[in-house]
Amino acid sequence: MANVFKKVMLGDQGLVVIFVLAFALVSLFVPNFLTERNMLGLLQSVVTVGIVACTMMFCLAARDFDLSVGSTVAFAGMVAVMASNATGSIILGLLTALVCGGVVGFINGFVIAKFRINALITTLATMQIVRGLALIASDGRAVGINDPGFYQLALSKLVGVPTPVWVLLVLFVIFGFVLNRTVFGKNTLAVGGNPEASRLAGVNVDRTRIWIFTLQGIVCAIAGILLASRITSGQPNAAIGLELSVISACVLGGVSLAGGRAAMAGVIVGVMIMGIAENVMNLLNIPAFYQYIVRGLILLLAVLLDNLRSSALGRR
Amino acid sequence: MPYLEFLHISKSYPGVHALRDVSFGVEKGAVHGLMGENGAGKSTLIRLLSGDHRPDTGSEIRIDGEAQKYASTRDAFAAGVIVIHQELQLVPELTVAENLSLGRFPANGGVIAARRMFAEVGRKLKEAGIDIDPRRKVKSLSIGERQMVEIAKAVMLEARIIALDEPTSSLSSRESEILFALIGRLRAEGKIILYISHRLDEVFRLCDSLTVLRDGQLAAHHPTLEGVTRDQVVAEMVGREISNIWGWRPRTLGDVRLKVENLSGDKLPEPASFSVRTGEILGFFGLIGAGRSELTRLVYAADKRLGGTLEIDGAPVQVTTPHDAIRAGIALCSEDRKHDGIIQGRSIEENINISSRRHHTRLGVLSPRREVAVAEEFIAKLKVRTPSRKQDIINLSGGNQQKVILGRWLSEQGIKVLIVDEPTRGIDVGAKAEIYELLYQLAEAGMAIVVVSSELPEVMGICDRLLVMCDGRISAELERAQFNEHAILAAALPDTRTPDKIAS
Repeated sequence: MANVFKKVMLGDQGLVVIFVLAFALVSLFVPNFLTERNMLGLLQSVVTVGIVACTMMFCLAARDFDLSVGSTVAFAGMVAVMASNATGSIILGLLTALVCGGVVGFINGFVIAKFRINALITTLATMQIVRGLALIASDGRAVGINDPGFYQLALSKLVGVPTPVWVLLVLFVIFGFVLNRTVFGKNTLAVGGNPEASRLAGVNVDRTRIWIFTLQGIVCAIAGILLASRITSGQPNAAIGLELSVISACVLGGVSLAGGRAAMAGVIVGVMIMGIAENVMNLLNIPAFYQYIVRGLILLLAVLLDNLRSSALGRR
Repeated sequence: MPYLEFLHISKSYPGVHALRDVSFGVEKGAVHGLMGENGAGKSTLIRLLSGDHRPDTGSEIRIDGEAQKYASTRDAFAAGVIVIHQELQLVPELTVAENLSLGRFPANGGVIAARRMFAEVGRKLKEAGIDIDPRRKVKSLSIGERQMVEIAKAVMLEARIIALDEPTSSLSSRESEILFALIGRLRAEGKIILYISHRLDEVFRLCDSLTVLRDGQLAAHHPTLEGVTRDQVVAEMVGREISNIWGWRPRTLGDVRLKVENLSGDKLPEPASFSVRTGEILGFFGLIGAGRSELTRLVYAADKRLGGTLEIDGAPVQVTTPHDAIRAGIALCSEDRKHDGIIQGRSIEENINISSRRHHTRLGVLSPRREVAVAEEFIAKLKVRTPSRKQDIINLSGGNQQKVILGRWLSEQGIKVLIVDEPTRGIDVGAKAEIYELLYQLAEAGMAIVVVSSELPEVMGICDRLLVMCDGRISAELERAQFNEHAILAAALPDTRTPDKIAS
């Protein structure tokens, strides 16, 4: 019995099992949890973290790190609002935001890949630079949206499900596919597993890393646009600390910080576990201050589990 | 009763029986050889002895009649067992003395008594006959010296049983001699030395007794080596007679496939030129550091090139990255498989497909079916021993990893020139023969093959032509008919040395 338990927990699907168990328990014991309204609210609350986690997964899988995501989300949101206001066209505003996000990501990737500067340091720098840009552009204040059509991005629904949730689901599918079924995805995992061997096997390591960061920037812009629409303004101080939630969710989902190991299903579960924990604590009226402690503990437990799993794998 | 006894040792991992009911004993004061092909179970046995892994139930390891039930390497330490792995466990930034005192620094209230430490370690090194200054940092030592420090560690911990895993694989002959002298002294002190090696010469020279493993089972146990022949041991290892391990056969050579002119790089003192013909196996021989690997890495653009041109089939090709090299039809299997070859943590399937993958897509989407088919094809063709294509490559033996890397290049379409650096390093006799046979077949199919090796018998055995390098220059060129051990060594040695010093 104990052995079966161990096998299930440390197997590939261990996290999914934990997730299903936790979900069932919470549904039974927490009032108002398993209602349509709460479920949609839960999904909406994980949209930002979930979207950014898609590409953070690639970053971590390639042994890199991106701390600038929170700033990029805020910056892109600002740009979307300001450009829409200035041009009077929402489409133009959104495009500008996507391009700006992509440029930030490209710069990250280029500096990291070509100048061989540690990703942690590079993105720590861009995190501050980009946040500074957002603050300067808005003079530190929130920027209101002129065209009410912009709100519709977050408010509109399709088959009863809000658009941002659809965007999240589509991105999950796309990036799951990219990771497993494209040369780019496989190369990402190979680069994380052994960069030098990958280079000698003909993988263009620099280009792969630049692409990863560029995609990360674009995806952050998508998250930033949806966030700005939801909070009905461009906020230069939005998404502070997002990078930590996103990395936590990825690690919780079994993405190895040492590179070379990642799975979309795991990341989805990681994102959902974090979301459920927060949702349940809100439903139970646990004060926000305690929520930090619980989130920290969940992350620690996840890393411990991951460690046990790696050593179990190593013994094969 | 033997001092160290293995009784009915079995060990299974998911999908693999690594060891099956292996029993033998070793007497005190003996050097005991442990031989077997890669994957035969030697490493597993050592892992069990060192407490790294635990044996299946029913297995027992006894030391001095006492059953050992240790659960970690720490317990094995306490029982007097020390394993010295191929990859050494030293801290490069610390001094020799610090490394040897780690975990038990002589200290006064937390402050290290440095003078006492250096004096103590210095005395012990001297006693063991190891001539290394304890104040030197480990990173400044040669591999051979580091190995000595590892052994000194075992001596200082008063180990009763010392297992050495392929200790001479990266040592020069002179360093090996010092190691052998040290082993002799430890043996005289009544210690047990378990000596794991692929080198028959060394085993026959050093060992008092010998155990041969094959496919996880005991193939032979020789309490004494008197009357045992090398051929017999080889036969026991492979389970069949290998009459001629090289198996070279004549081939018709075609036109020049690869022509390298005035290639230069940071590590080559002067530009080098050479060419290989279709169907030819060209060898590069030289001492370690002679520039063989450096030159071939430049051909592949693995390192930065300062000048020089390449021609393939008479047409010039631009090669500035490994990716370009592959497109031009040049492939390289690096010398350091672990660092430059395998992608650890990923499956055999992915390791085979990493380069050829770009041919397996349609509209940018990979075909998993194609990937599986390619992986299965080369696992079968190259006889990779594994329970599944999904196995992490790190779990394979060296020979099987090498086959996977070769599979990587064979699955790539249009490779015309295959450069193999140390094709059989750390690989056992049976797998060696398989790899040589593979190289012949590739050459017969029209590939030009460049073999870089520091094993003279190997290059003499399998190459059609040989280039000898010395101090970064090509110092001699010999056709197969001219191969002669003395001439090759003479060309490989810098003027200051004489051939007989390393002729062994």
